[in-house]
Amino acid sequence: MTATIIPQIERDSVFKIVEAGERLDGRKFDEYRPITIELGVYSRAEGSARVKIGNTMVACGVKLGEAVPYPDSPDEGTLTTTAELVPMAAPTFQPGPPNENAIELARVVDRGIREAKTIDLKKLCITPGEKVRSVFIDTYVLDHDGNYMDAAALGAIAALHHATAPEFGKLPVSKRPIANTFIKIGNNILLDPSLEEERVMDARLTITTDEDGNIVANQKAATGFWTKEEVMQCIDLAFKHGKEMRKLF
Amino acid sequence: MTNMKLHKQNRELAIPGELLAEGDFLLGEGTFSEGGKIFANILGLVDTKEQFIKLIPLSGKYVPAPRDLVIGIVEDIAFSSWSIDVNSPYKGILGVANATERFIDIQSEDLSKIYDMGDVVLAKVINVSQSMQVGLTMRDRGLYKLRGGRMISISPTRVPRVIGKKGTMVQMLKNATNCKIVVGQNGRIWIDGENPNIAIEAIKLIEAEAHTQGLTERVKIFLEKKTNKKIAEVPLIEDTVQQRGEME
Amino acid sequence: MKKKSKEEIIESSIADSKNKDTQPDAPLKLIVNGKRLDGRRPDEIRPIKIEAGVLEKADGSAYVEFGDTHALAAVYGPREMHPRHLTEPQQAVLRVKYDMIPFSVSDRKRPGPDRRSIEISKVIREALEPVVFLKNYPKTVIDVFIEIVQADAGTRVAGLTAASVALADAGIAMSDMVASCTAGKVDGVVCVDIDGPEDNNGEADLPVALAPRTNSITLLQMDGQLTRKEYDQALTYAIDGCKKVYELQKEAIRKKYGQITQFNGRGEE
Repeated sequence: MTATIIPQIERDSVFKIVEAGERLDGRKFDEYRPITIELGVYSRAEGSARVKIGNTMVACGVKLGEAVPYPDSPDEGTLTTTAELVPMAAPTFQPGPPNENAIELARVVDRGIREAKTIDLKKLCITPGEKVRSVFIDTYVLDHDGNYMDAAALGAIAALHHATAPEFGKLPVSKRPIANTFIKIGNNILLDPSLEEERVMDARLTITTDEDGNIVANQKAATGFWTKEEVMQCIDLAFKHGKEMRKLF
Repeated sequence: MTNMKLHKQNRELAIPGELLAEGDFLLGEGTFSEGGKIFANILGLVDTKEQFIKLIPLSGKYVPAPRDLVIGIVEDIAFSSWSIDVNSPYKGILGVANATERFIDIQSEDLSKIYDMGDVVLAKVINVSQSMQVGLTMRDRGLYKLRGGRMISISPTRVPRVIGKKGTMVQMLKNATNCKIVVGQNGRIWIDGENPNIAIEAIKLIEAEAHTQGLTERVKIFLEKKTNKKIAEVPLIEDTVQQRGEME
Repeated sequence: MKKKSKEEIIESSIADSKNKDTQPDAPLKLIVNGKRLDGRRPDEIRPIKIEAGVLEKADGSAYVEFGDTHALAAVYGPREMHPRHLTEPQQAVLRVKYDMIPFSVSDRKRPGPDRRSIEISKVIREALEPVVFLKNYPKTVIDVFIEIVQADAGTRVAGLTAASVALADAGIAMSDMVASCTAGKVDGVVCVDIDGPEDNNGEADLPVALAPRTNSITLLQMDGQLTRKEYDQALTYAIDGCKKVYELQKEAIRKKYGQITQFNGRGEE
């Protein structure tokens, strides 16, 4: 069903199923679809990962280079994250420059990595004020069946940890921030929404945590709302699932 | 003196551009001829009988044809018509004159009170113009707004198999799962009942194995296993609404 | 897979020529004892892999590898076109978008279309238009999206090869498939299916696409210098290469759809 308008029957039937404590694909409310991470798939990148969550597929690559540092951080390397929702990924994606969803995706993935202090950017300095190493993380969503957020974030961090440059070996990466996305359908909280669930969701919440018990980023999306209790519930689940997902790479 | 030669067997896979046959065949869907030779133009299975040759498509979008039963979604409401998504590159138009059995006074009535955006409707294609305007009607008995239930989409190319010979496959699904099931030619299927999941699983099975031999038997076994009920021989029941099935 | 990357092979070749006490700017040897750097003969294509139907959401898709060049193609259509005024009343519009992923190349490419991608999109579209039955789908658009996920020369021919399979996978009517391959001149020797180092250091590059049923050339470009004799040889090589690619396209499609008439055990618990 790729109609841009969502039929009432679809809304009603998904709502009814969720109210009865079930999901369309039979998962539990706090269960991920099968996750696979393949490292080093793209050999021209210094680090790369292809992540699948269910049928959602994201390609992530890390490219290293040299750059002039930003004036306000002359002794730090540069980190830039991009995201593309390419038109092949979904019937609703149009060709063109990144739209607000792609930009939001890039910025949320970036925030999680940056705020967790994943990379010691000071170690990427070559000549202060003149030359530093640049790190680019490019995430390309190639197949969209829901929750490309978590897939892109996972691919980005896995690619960073996999990255090796011939000149200096592994990147100075220490932390492993993980993003977990929840949606609300009625008053029910579901983890890892499929596309069908996203189509009828009331609200979305992505929480990024690190392995030291810190929340490093979060992002609410869609037009519904969350209560404080619901947010704290999601945070607890995020810590639990973040721990599991760190084992994957 | 016709000189007819087949280069592919019945039920063999054909790829666009492949040579199917030579000579005086009557051409059906998926074929074209050049210099006395007949070629495939879509990905499909060869279907030939006597002097007819065509391809059974394995992939592709739904293109509306007159008399098709379709499940549509109301997308837009205009002054005297509704624009209906029929899961096709072409939109369906339902005019007020064809929308209901009773007369609708567009001056005084609010069309959204009859069919609103997002409503799912069972409609029939009346005609398709040269410029691909698709005219729909809901005036017949048996055409109505669908309420409740679940809706799924399958490839329109597999619809004949879900319906079955004279409707036997879909009848078996209905009996076994105790669900109302309506199959649109446009690949949309509506299911309503206590346990639609078994019906949905069975339909997905049919979609995946549409062209295998012995499918009906396997579906029967699947249903019996899932419902713990024996399935009796299915009598041929006349449906009030015409459906197109396929010979096995 | 620990085989030498192309870059490593070139570096060791440069090191070798330096050790032989030749002049510092001696040309890189791409053909040694009649063999190319990766061991191929001039008339040998790279190992090619083709898979049909690799994406979930697209109407049709395919993945193609020509050696280390990897391309992904997806087709959506025929579908409604936005904006409407760009549709044609009597036939479908074919739209092609060729794109390279930033990390598909050693020197990162900025995301987004550049002049090169726009030109390649056009020539790929014009390679497919002759075979697609556009008149069967008036007032619609058929979108073809190509992403190069890894580049080692011949990206447009890999992308076009994938696009053709994706169109068939989507059920779009075509009078023929389109198969594509390059040829070129490397160290004065005409070769088929040139790779990255050969493209960067060779003397000519000739990408070709063929509609095999009628032996029609639907894509033809060139840069470099070839004599008439060399050109003839290169074009012959490329056409032969296309024919080999065509066989692999058919094989990939049969592999995905071949099961369709044989019960393969699914559905049984």
